[in-house]
Amino acid sequence: MSTVAANAPGVAGSGLQDVAASEASLRRFLHGLPGVDQVGLEARAATLGTRSIKTTAKAYAIDLAISMIDLTTLEGADTVGKVRALCAKGRTPDPTDPTTPRVAAICVYPDMVATAKDALRGTDIQVASVATAFPAGRAALPVKLADTADAVAAGADEIDMVIDRGAFLSGRYLDVFNEIVAVKEACKRPDGTSAHLKVIFETGELQTYDNVRRVSWLAMLAGADFIKTSTGKVAVNATPPVTLLMLEAVRDFRAQTGVQVGVKPAGGIKTTKDAMKYLVMVNETLGDDWLTPHWFRFGASSLLNDLLMQRQKLTTGRYSGPDYVTVD
Amino acid sequence: MSDVATRLDVLKTYKLYVGGKFPRSESGRVYEVTDAKGEWLANAPLGTRKDTRDAVLAARAAVKGWAGTTAYNRGQVLYRVAEMLQGRREQFAAEVAVSEGIGPKKAAALVDAAIDRWVWYAGWTDKVAQIAGGANPVAGPYFNLSTPEPTGVVGIVAPQAGYGHSLLGLVSVIAPAIATGNTVVVAAAADAPLPALSLGEVLATSDVPGGVVNIISGRTADIAPTLASHQDVNALDLTGAIASDGPGAAPALEAAAADTLKRVVRPELDPFAQDWTNAPGTDRLLSFLETKTVWHPMGI
Repeated sequence: MSTVAANAPGVAGSGLQDVAASEASLRRFLHGLPGVDQVGLEARAATLGTRSIKTTAKAYAIDLAISMIDLTTLEGADTVGKVRALCAKGRTPDPTDPTTPRVAAICVYPDMVATAKDALRGTDIQVASVATAFPAGRAALPVKLADTADAVAAGADEIDMVIDRGAFLSGRYLDVFNEIVAVKEACKRPDGTSAHLKVIFETGELQTYDNVRRVSWLAMLAGADFIKTSTGKVAVNATPPVTLLMLEAVRDFRAQTGVQVGVKPAGGIKTTKDAMKYLVMVNETLGDDWLTPHWFRFGASSLLNDLLMQRQKLTTGRYSGPDYVTVD
Repeated sequence: MSDVATRLDVLKTYKLYVGGKFPRSESGRVYEVTDAKGEWLANAPLGTRKDTRDAVLAARAAVKGWAGTTAYNRGQVLYRVAEMLQGRREQFAAEVAVSEGIGPKKAAALVDAAIDRWVWYAGWTDKVAQIAGGANPVAGPYFNLSTPEPTGVVGIVAPQAGYGHSLLGLVSVIAPAIATGNTVVVAAAADAPLPALSLGEVLATSDVPGGVVNIISGRTADIAPTLASHQDVNALDLTGAIASDGPGAAPALEAAAADTLKRVVRPELDPFAQDWTNAPGTDRLLSFLETKTVWHPMGI
């Protein structure tokens, strides 16, 4: 599969083009990555979470966070009406204040893509679709590819795929690599453009920080446009240390290959305070280049309400309450 | 050197009572509480606007469960509070005595009155629907029934003046609000917060779910305006708003509350002359209720 790896933009010439030539070389590379200092990582993430951000900086952070949200509904009980309502909320998060920015994307299951696309017509809000047998990822490759192609055909701008955690944990790295490459191929549209590919690791199932670092590099080598922490469907979702680790991987990857990859923490980010901690981490680790909705996203649903309440507090001086924002 | 080691005092750290827990103020600050003669008694946490906001969140989260309990069950829980209070009678008598500058006998009588008042309100929980609701005669084939429902989160500025305000007065404003199923955030009397903070310990050990009562000590001028303007507070009891001027004064608080259409209970004309040992009547019970009326077709 070396030819495919070399197709990933920028990887050629960085000394990494032969990494995925064989199972053995990929393993050698991934296991050759430096081990993660767990104590240092967690301490660093905790320190970055202690910044006090107030007044104008807070107002800026809130608006930035709103514009970075992938407003998500991934429930078995999703209906067309619910997706339309969510899209309406994404277009006009706070009807009482037209200066509120719009969200970055609406994230839905593949069968809701057409509905979301229709409801978002005339805006620049993207439609993201989960695919590849989300959230478990336990399906045969042809099924996953068909799932992806279906979502792309329905108009999805972004595809959130899940990796095969079973294969990764049992050491079959090349299988995971090839699957990402194949899904990326399936993201191509007939007109030659391609849907953005976000790769979900489900870090809560990967057991160690070393594994998170390895899978980050593996996905980036395979051509991921975004790396995403979690599905939001397991007990442990995005945590600050895991996100910090992925931000560092993205930074190192660009330093080595010149290719910029986005990061999306998802699941469990519910408050404005949480969101601001993540923004501080991005700023301190990656800098301004990543502080845009193009390169950093929040996968969230209830976060938006808290951001809106905080925004109302800043503009009116009154603490707001859940009675004044929509119930999803 | 004495052969009997002098025992060091074990002083109590008074803390806020929010969401069933005892946090220090998020500001980390405390203020000195003195007795009527100006002697230092203890340090009380200086609750801030942020603490108040956290308390409102806790109170809001507790509304569903507390309003959803049966009136009978609420009565039992309130009676349990009286039982727990009875067990700590001496401690409260001492705190009331120093807080209000009265003698031990009068203070003990005030604590007894406070315990009796809990019992009195505990008895009201399953009776208030009879006096506040009922079957209405209508010109049509319908049963028309009105039932009282709790308003929601009630912000209370606890009594700061009047005979017996520090505990009996406090009980007289908290008990009626929670008896009908509301949850409360209480700004404790700024000068006499110790009985209020100790009451939190009683509530925590008497089956009252966390968040139903939240007690914040600190400057009334910080806490009360936050409650008055908070959009997630449904009603406001201004009994202790005794400031004559500034953001903590009753007119300013009423104006802030009007912005969000809160129910407001106004303070007495002369709060300093109020005697909390007087029989309370049902006014406060009926202040924080909404009436739900249903029409039900007859004969089907």
